[in-house]
This record gives sequence, C-alpha cells and structure tokens, in this order.
Amino acid sequence: MKYDVAVVGAGVVGALIARALSRTDLHVVLLEKYNDVAMGTTKANSAIVHGGFDAANGTLKAKLNVRGTELMPQLCETLHVPYRNNGSLVLAFSEEEMQHVHALYERGLKNGVPRLSVLDKSAVLELEPHVSGEVVGALLSETAGIVCPYELTIAAAENAVENGVDFIRNCAVTAIEKAPDGFTLQTTCGAIEAAYIVNAAGIHSDDIARMIGDDSISLVARKGEYYLLDKAYGYLADHTIFQCPNKMGKGVLVTPTVDGNLLIGPSALDVDDKEDVDTTAKGLQFVVEKAKRSVPELNLRGAITSFAGLRAHPTTDDFIIGFSEKSDRFVNVAGIESPGLSAAPAIAEMVYEMLLEKTKASERVDFKPGRKAPVRFRNMTKAEREALIAKNKAYGRVICRCETITEGEILDAIHAPAGARDVDGIKRRTRAGMGRCQGGFCGSKVVEILSRELGVPMNEITKFGGNSKILFEKTK
Amino acid sequence: MLQYDLVVVGGGPAGMAAALQAHEDGVEKILVLERADTLGGILEQCIHTGFGLHYFGEELSGPEYAARFSEALYKTNIDVKVDTMVLDISADNVVTAVNNFDGLLTVKAAAVVLAMGCRERPRGALSIAGSRASGIMTAGTAQKYVNIDGYMPGKTVVILGSGDIGLIMARRMTLEGAKVKAVCELMPYSGGLTRNIVQCLEDFGIPLRLSCTVIQTHGKERLEGVTVANVDEHLQPIPGTEEYIPCDTLMLSVGLIPENELSKSAGVALDPVTNGLVVDEYRETSKKGVFACGNVLQVHDLVDYVTEESKLAGAGAAKFIRGEKPAGGTVTTVGENGVRYVVPQRINRATDKDVKLYFRVGRVLENVTLTVTCGEETLISRKKRKMTPGEMEYVTLKASVLEKLPEDAKLVVSTKEA
Repeated sequence: MKYDVAVVGAGVVGALIARALSRTDLHVVLLEKYNDVAMGTTKANSAIVHGGFDAANGTLKAKLNVRGTELMPQLCETLHVPYRNNGSLVLAFSEEEMQHVHALYERGLKNGVPRLSVLDKSAVLELEPHVSGEVVGALLSETAGIVCPYELTIAAAENAVENGVDFIRNCAVTAIEKAPDGFTLQTTCGAIEAAYIVNAAGIHSDDIARMIGDDSISLVARKGEYYLLDKAYGYLADHTIFQCPNKMGKGVLVTPTVDGNLLIGPSALDVDDKEDVDTTAKGLQFVVEKAKRSVPELNLRGAITSFAGLRAHPTTDDFIIGFSEKSDRFVNVAGIESPGLSAAPAIAEMVYEMLLEKTKASERVDFKPGRKAPVRFRNMTKAEREALIAKNKAYGRVICRCETITEGEILDAIHAPAGARDVDGIKRRTRAGMGRCQGGFCGSKVVEILSRELGVPMNEITKFGGNSKILFEKTK
Repeated sequence: MLQYDLVVVGGGPAGMAAALQAHEDGVEKILVLERADTLGGILEQCIHTGFGLHYFGEELSGPEYAARFSEALYKTNIDVKVDTMVLDISADNVVTAVNNFDGLLTVKAAAVVLAMGCRERPRGALSIAGSRASGIMTAGTAQKYVNIDGYMPGKTVVILGSGDIGLIMARRMTLEGAKVKAVCELMPYSGGLTRNIVQCLEDFGIPLRLSCTVIQTHGKERLEGVTVANVDEHLQPIPGTEEYIPCDTLMLSVGLIPENELSKSAGVALDPVTNGLVVDEYRETSKKGVFACGNVLQVHDLVDYVTEESKLAGAGAAKFIRGEKPAGGTVTTVGENGVRYVVPQRINRATDKDVKLYFRVGRVLENVTLTVTCGEETLISRKKRKMTPGEMEYVTLKASVLEKLPEDAKLVVSTKEA
C-alpha cells in the first residue's frame, strides 16, 4: 500500500495527529503495534489536563501545554469524550514549599497560564476539606481539568477512520528503508510505502528514529504506579491535588477521575525494560504513603485496582517535535512525557501545520469533526431508555451488572471504526468489567459476544491481543 | 405499570424457595425476575455433588438441586422472567427492570424478596504486585468456563484462598487434566468446609499451604508464574520464604461479598460485619415489606440452609401481604467473644415458631462452651469440640423461651474456652 503519511503509534498523540491530518486530502495510515489504540503510556497515566505552570519558560512543553489545555474542552465536546474542568491545587506544607508555590505562580504567568492564584490555608481547606490540616497554602489553577485519555484516543482514532484514515493494528514497524519519494516501512504485516512518516511511537520513538539513522533521541523509561479507588471514595478530592514537584516529576497526586473514582499516584522509577509495566509492592507502598500526606483519610479498603505505566522521559527534558536532521520527510514527535496528554491537541495542531506547509496539501470540505455520541444506557432517563430499546432490542440486555452496560453498547464498541477486538478493548470503550466485580460475571459473556461477532472460537479471544488468550482447548 | 403481590428479585435457590413458599401460603400474584437466562443461579455451574444432604436427605448435583425447585415452580402460576435485570427498587416498592423482550418494566409490588446472591472478591482488592497478564481469574469465573462454556481456562494452576469454590475447582481442574500446584491460604486455617478439604485436596494430593500468599504475578501476556511467600502472625510476607511457582493460571477464592447495591438504593439497612442485611426472624429487612434471603443476606456454605432461610422469607412475605405479620422485633442479637455475627439481628418476642440463630466464628475455636445469654440468664449452653470460620453454625431458640423475654432483651451469642 502507498500512503502520503504513515503515523507510527496509535497513542493519544498519534491518534490526534492522524485525525488532524484527515482534515486534508492526504492519504494517511495509522500503524499500531498492539491489538488496539491507547495501549502504551496513554492507557496508564494520571489522566490530567495540566494548567501549564510547571514547565520551564520558553520550552515546547510550556507552549504546547497551555495551548493544549485551551483546546481540550472543545475537542472533548466535539468527540464526545468525558472531560471535567475541576481545577488543580499544588499544596505547600512548609514556608519553603510556599516559596516554591510562588515561583510556580510566576512561572505560570510567564508561560501565559490564565486564572492562577495563590491560596492561604483556610482557602485551601474550604475548597478541599479532606486535605491535611498541615497544609500552609497552595497554588490554584482554574483551567486545569481531567479527561479520560484512552477514550480521547479511541474517539480520535474512530473519527480519523471515519474521515478516511486507514488503521492497521498488530502492525509493528521493524525497519524503514529510504525510497525515491519517501520510505518503505517493513512491518509485521508487510511492506508499506509512505511519502512522510510521523514518529509517534511513544517510549519506542527513539528506536523508530534510529531506523532512518537518526540517533539524536535519547529516552528513559520512567515507571509510574497508581491505585484506583472505588467511586465511594471519590468525595475525598474535587480538585486535582499535587504536592510540590521534584526532579523526578510532579510528585504523587490525588485526583478524581471523570468516572467519579479516585486515582492516586504515580511513583517514579527509571527502568531498563520498555515493556515492564509490572506493579511493585515498593512502588505501590510509596504511592500510598505520599498520597496520605495530601489526604490523610485515604485508605486502601477502597482499592479496585492498581496499574503501572511508562513515561518516555527525554534526557533533554523537553518534547522533541520536528523534522529529523536525517530527513525532511520524517517528523519526530518524541519524549512526550507529562504534560503530554494536556499538550496532545496542540501537538496534533503543530504537526498538522508543519505537514500542511511542507506537502502543500489542501483542506477537505467534507471533513466531519465529530463522532456519533456513544450510547451510555446507565446515564439515560427512562424515556430515553424506552425509545432506545424500541429501536434495538440489544440495548435491553444488561451484560455488565455492576456498571449497567448493555449488549447493544458492546456491539457498538466492536463494530465502531477502529473498534474493539479484545476484552480490555470492550472494557475501555464501554466500562464493562470495570466495576466492583472486575469482570467476574460479565467477562465470560464478553468473550462469548466477541467470539460470535468476530466469527472466531472463544479460545482465540484475548484479554489485550498477542498471547493474552483467556481459554485453552475445549474440555474433554 | 404491572401489579404483583410479591416480586422476587433473583431466581437462584433463595428466590425460588421463597416464591414457592409464598405460593404455598396462598399469595396469588408472584413474579420472579432473574438476570441469567435460566432459573437456578450459581447452582447451574456447580455440577459436583454434595447438595441436599440436609434438606432432601440425598446427595444431588447443583443443577439437580435447582431443578427440584424450578420444576415445581413452573407447575404453579408464578410468573418468571429470565434474562431480566432489575435496575432499581423505589421507596414505595416499584421495581424497575429491563430485558430485550419487554423493554423497560415497572412493577408495583406489595412485598419484595431480595435474593440477588453474592459476588467474588476480585484481584484488585488484594493489591498483588506484578503484571496484568491474562490467566488471573476468580474461581467462580473459571468454574463457569469449564462447566458451562466447556473450555479449559488453564493447564497449570495455583489457587489463592481456600474458600469452597477454590477447593471445588482444584478438584475439577485436576479431573479435567490440569495440574493444580498448590492452594495458598493467607490465614493459618482454611476458609472452606472440612469435607471439601478432604475430598478436593487430600484425595488428589494437592498441597494446602496455610499462612502463605501470592506476592507477585509474572508474565507479560499470559501468566507465566507466581511468587508465593509465607506470612507472619501479622499476615505480612516473611523475607527469605519467597518461592517461584511456574503456572499459567492463578485462581482466586478469597471471599464472597453479598450483592447489595440494589438494597442500598432501596434504602435498606446493612450489617457492617456480614455486608448483608439486617433482618428479623422472618427475614424482613429494616424496610417494611422488603424481605431478604440467601447469600445476599449472609454468605452460606450449604444451599440446604439457604432453602430453609428462604422459606422463612417467603412465609414472612405471605404473612405481610395478608396483614398478619407482626411488625418491629424488639429483641436484638449480638455475637461476642469469637462470634462474628448473628442472623437474624432482630426477633419478635411474640413469634409463632422456634427461631434458629445462625452465626460464624472469627477464628478456629476448640473445646469451647457456646452460650446464648440474656443479661445474667443463660438460655442455652452447649459444649463444642471445634468450630471454624468456614462453617456456619446455628442454635435453636424455643418460642416458649422467647415469649418470656423482656421486650428489649439483648441476646448474646458467645463462646468460653474450657
């Protein structure tokens, strides 16, 4: 196949770039190594839209964070992605930390962050009554918010495909050869030709750049571990609550999620293995201890799950975005660690403008910016539910009893553009299996539905692609 | 809106027995709502025997035990809707449910029996470090894959927790050709029935490792192994005792939790110890006309006791519908000194029959005296050779004793070591 642009990596950055490019007449392919979008850093991070005061003045991080945070609310509305502008606090527990808060305030102003203010103790406790009484003051950033990162990615990929982008999953790039008008990508699903490449391969973007002889990118995999708590504990924080940052990152935060759960984390540990997303007893213990400093009432009885993700930390400390020094047809989008999610809409905008100028492509008139709103039975009124079931009986059959997810919603997730192919894919798109029983009851029904809809036996259905099969052979 | 005398939420053994008893006691319009596609509940996947020894005096498989009730039920005029999920029970007993043949259903009920059963405690609640590989599942989920879907969920298995489902699955997987390498139990005693330890582990040479837990899972895609370690008296892993066991499957049998989300939305009071409901001797909850029975009320180990309890709930609902059920229940019960809880929590002094007090102990007790006292007075005293947390116990309180108690009597079920 021959394309104008191949985007390597379907994380939030790659998917939003592919969607942005689908506004043009360029023929775009989005390549993903795993069985689904959002499988790397995108699915395991803090799910935060940062104000933009943290990054050093004049960096790409600062510029794109502020712009991304500005673009995020409208983007989420257009794509029907849960987003909440809940604001964030950076707590100070000493006068020394208070000086740091003031420094962040000044930095924020220089970065162009609107609606920042410094609060005293009583103002903090009024906003967040469950915060530790040892707090001295805090920085309030009113433009900060929370978003569901994998849903944003799913929506962006879905919308990109609807606008003509080809999405190829289970397609790992193994080598890149220069061709007269671009490149030939050797992949696990055959050779693909492309005039331009966008390298959005996350933690592996240094490896992809090296395939064209560009060894300028140096990334460190920095592991972050998290606990997710039941919705019953969501009341403990309304804002996203940070502590003063340190050299390894922004420290441990306590935040509500868009679904009403409470998320605490991350730890920060540099690891050698870029696939190592194991949680560790030490890391999880660290997260709990640090988080309790902010919100002492936290307790693990409410823990639903724990997980770990890897941030692609660039040794330069700033995002690496631009044409490679080895080729002006190869765009690196690398080192997208925090505030990468916040910046992602702005990164997509930047790459879009770079390629538009370079290729002289024209904008399409028939671009559809939005996607169809996904059906959410659990949020509907009685009348809406009645009308829905009257139209399609599948919405009358509840599959996930904890989260009230119907068969109709699961069918939608499978048959959507760039739809779900595995159990975790269904879970991320619908919440089936995300509740109290964690798929204990609905897991086998989801396997059954996937098997029926995809036309493969139940023992070929996986949890998340590859060899993550759930069942072996038939019983005797 | 449909009108029924009695709506039973859940068509497992509890719901079926309650509905049948209410029918026998003359209730005319009864509706049973079941979320699965057949009646029978979790018994449908329990194809092993051992059911019915107490109630029928014979040994049945789970589906056979369930069929005794579902066959009887389908011979009556009780209405049954399967594949139907109850979404809400309102303050005035309007039950909202959904299915793919009626759409949304609203039913006004004079009385409601809650019989939703329980769910298994999942992995997340345990915070085991390691990967999120496939092959980690609760024992009940594995049981459904083997017995209903007909697929093997694993070949080499470690089981964490020695609850009854885990023990049963150790045997089941072995019979299907899998190798069960160990059953690890955090506590110094098993949470399952003694007969299951003998018949499911000892008879097959499967090691039961007490005071032992899984501290890490390994494998990026499918599980490749687990690290287990012994724990100290504070249940913390002891450094130096770690052992790697290669396996492709980790099954969890680490506790059952009554499914009371609907009850909470209906405003019914819960017991913080059982996570079940607070009930009187007819299993009426804190809400008038709302009854509960089976695992939603307290987790049982024998279905025979579920049946007994559910018949009480059905009879109570029938009395309530006829306007004959005394309200209140001013005598309260409490467990002390090793007795974790007592069900029922409230009793009407003027009740018309003997009342069985069900309870569980919190640790293994040997050679103790079990007593039921009211103030200074000892009402019942029994010598017990051994009581374990895995086996539900009961004592019977005579109606003639109850009626002589003071109105606000507090009954204490307690143990004393000899």
